[in-house]
Amino acid sequence: MRDWLLSDQPAQLLPARQQMALTLMFHIVFVPLGVALPTLMLIAHHKGLRRDDPVALRLARRWSHVAGLTFAVGAVSGTVLSFEMGLLWPGLTGVFGDVFGLPFAIEGIAFFLEAILVAIYIYGWRRLKPWTHFKLGLPIPFIALLGMFSIISANSWMNTPAGFTMGSDGRPTNIDPIAAIINPALPYEFTHFLLATYMAAGFLVASVYAVGWLKGRRDRYHRLGFLIPFTVAAIATPLQFIAGDTIARWLPTAQPAKFSAMEVVTQSGTHQPEVMFGRYDPATNTVSGGISIPDLNSILVGFSPNTYVQGLNAVSPADLPSNINIVHWAFDIMVTIASLLMVLALWYAFLYWRKREVPSSRLFLWCAIAAGPLTVLAVESGWIVTEVGRQPWIVYNVMRTSQAVTDSDGVWVSLTVVALLYLFLAAATITVLRAMARRWREADHADDTAAVYGPRPGLDRSTAA
Amino acid sequence: MSTAGAVAAVLVIAITLYAWSGLADYGAGLWDLLAGDRDSGRRPRQLIDTAVTPVWEANHVWLIFIVILTWTAFGIAFASIMTTLFIPLCLALLGVVLRGASFALRKDAARAGRRHLAGWLFGLGSILTPFFLGAVLGGIVAGRVPVGNAAGNEITSWWNPVSVLTGVLAVATGAFLSAVYLVAEARRRDLPDLERYFWTRAVVMAVVGLAVGLAAAIALRGDNRQMFDRLVSRSIPLLLIGVIALGATMWLARRAVVRGLRVVAAAGVAALIWSWAVAQAPYLLPFTLTIADGAGAPATLRWLLIWAVIALLLVVPALALLYTLDQRTTDLGEDPTTSRPEPDLTR
Repeated sequence: MRDWLLSDQPAQLLPARQQMALTLMFHIVFVPLGVALPTLMLIAHHKGLRRDDPVALRLARRWSHVAGLTFAVGAVSGTVLSFEMGLLWPGLTGVFGDVFGLPFAIEGIAFFLEAILVAIYIYGWRRLKPWTHFKLGLPIPFIALLGMFSIISANSWMNTPAGFTMGSDGRPTNIDPIAAIINPALPYEFTHFLLATYMAAGFLVASVYAVGWLKGRRDRYHRLGFLIPFTVAAIATPLQFIAGDTIARWLPTAQPAKFSAMEVVTQSGTHQPEVMFGRYDPATNTVSGGISIPDLNSILVGFSPNTYVQGLNAVSPADLPSNINIVHWAFDIMVTIASLLMVLALWYAFLYWRKREVPSSRLFLWCAIAAGPLTVLAVESGWIVTEVGRQPWIVYNVMRTSQAVTDSDGVWVSLTVVALLYLFLAAATITVLRAMARRWREADHADDTAAVYGPRPGLDRSTAA
Repeated sequence: MSTAGAVAAVLVIAITLYAWSGLADYGAGLWDLLAGDRDSGRRPRQLIDTAVTPVWEANHVWLIFIVILTWTAFGIAFASIMTTLFIPLCLALLGVVLRGASFALRKDAARAGRRHLAGWLFGLGSILTPFFLGAVLGGIVAGRVPVGNAAGNEITSWWNPVSVLTGVLAVATGAFLSAVYLVAEARRRDLPDLERYFWTRAVVMAVVGLAVGLAAAIALRGDNRQMFDRLVSRSIPLLLIGVIALGATMWLARRAVVRGLRVVAAAGVAALIWSWAVAQAPYLLPFTLTIADGAGAPATLRWLLIWAVIALLLVVPALALLYTLDQRTTDLGEDPTTSRPEPDLTR
């Protein structure tokens, strides 16, 4: 068919990887807001309707607008990604399109339904009956979850490919798309990322209201705005600890080279130490600096210091992950942040159990504010571990990234344009979010008793009647 | 019909749906750009804003459907198209991003300068995307995309008379569809001056579209005679239906008949798209790769058909609800407690 399976390290590989990384790292920030923010919004909505609580309703209404905006920006960056699958990685979609393409088709439906329901929900505030409106919003988190499931399925397939056998002509045969969807890594990746979205969205939204609380805006609006998302995130955090630990013990069997890179295990053997940070030198296969805890890595993997862990020395140089330091540091950053958040969640549980109120100590509030951006950093780090750790394979042990890359000449140009464009998109998004927040603060001062449902007197025109 | 043929038919339907909704969206962006200065353009812009905002995102999703469907069902053709036509596809994508960014931005841009910038980006994106997607289609139709990773000429595959004219045709088609849509929207809101305003533009675009379409056909005759012959032989009934439907649109609008106006316009555009599909069948890439040769695994294709049925069952009712809500009220615009106040179109 074509010789793109034979080329070696083409010039397009570097810019193509950078462009994919840039667009994915941008898009991934919007995923928690698309998946978990609607849940927070519906919790507030339900609370508002059941208790007849206008403050909870106002929160739900405002969060729905944030969800609408971030969904719109996520839709744009998601479109870019779907094009890039072909623009940058024609070898992947050209050869394996029919193996792993189906989850994207499912995602297409999920995304479409979510776009429609989000639109209905946002516009429904003024023109649907309250409970009808709530019920129409109820499917949103589940549909978003279906979409996330599909994308994670496609990604986990690239990490643990299944559902085909490789023919002698370099094309897959015996294709079973369902087996490809339900591949070995799926349950691990899905659970891990699901909990990550709830942590990220929860801590991020809560951090906004923690700022207000710290500044002395100690009203019911800020109280609920903090408590709802923070509680959700605090519940997800210990679960995430269990999930992450389970994955870390499964990974040495599924992707040993990735695991060795994450933990910088240089030599195969038992009694592996746990190395925190430090600097790996690929030339000598040694680690300098960092903190080393004897035997801990072996204990974490198999509950015994005698557990054997494969080292980087067992991986052939051609199959070695290209940026071991990045993978290792990203992993350690993620784990460190997760540990800090775990402490924060326990601290919160203790304080809330005693007082049933937003904890008032300045230290706690500062930590809660930091938790938002830190969770996003953890999500980005986790993604780097999965994706960079998988290199040089685009389909693990089946197709190299260099075999999948485009032969087109324009990738450096497109990378430059995309970088500038995304800078603008990010600036625009932040500007709009800040403008929303400012206007809402002014509205709070102006009148605190306005009805949340129905047209607002004074602003609306009479034509609706 | 074979499974692969059925999936190809689903693809053509998705392209038609995107032309109806997505292209019309871009057309609205073009009218926004051409509406003139701040004072004279204010009311048309406001009508565009209120009419398009609730549905633009749903309209846009068809494009993602088309992309995903192509790579899952016809991976080889997808990879070939994406690499040879790398440049116009990137430029189309640029339009998508600019438009999406400006849409998000202008909703809440309070200051005039920012709104102005958003408006320009909106208009620019609205021209870029349909033009370059049209050029991509033109490149495929002219047979300039060979099988392989960037195997075709990366410039002449889209910078040639057929592609450029097809690009212009796509822009004109979108502008025509949106003008027809806005005529009906103006009628519904009882704004006779805006109705006339968009009616004039619909007629102009119909004439421009027919002229450009004719020019594109002539260019195709010189570029790829085989394709042209297929277009004027086996596709001639569809071509005629398309032209007649567009004529009927003019006649209905002239007689101030709004009921059915949009349906007839949409049917005309659909007939023209299908005339292309029928002329090109059974080829994915004329005349080197057939649907049968380019199709993916049968198991995947069967699942794709099941997927299409499920999509239909789920999406159509939801979409119907959205459009019904949109059509039931005249002011399905922004929410005043969380966004800036809605424009008052009556003044």
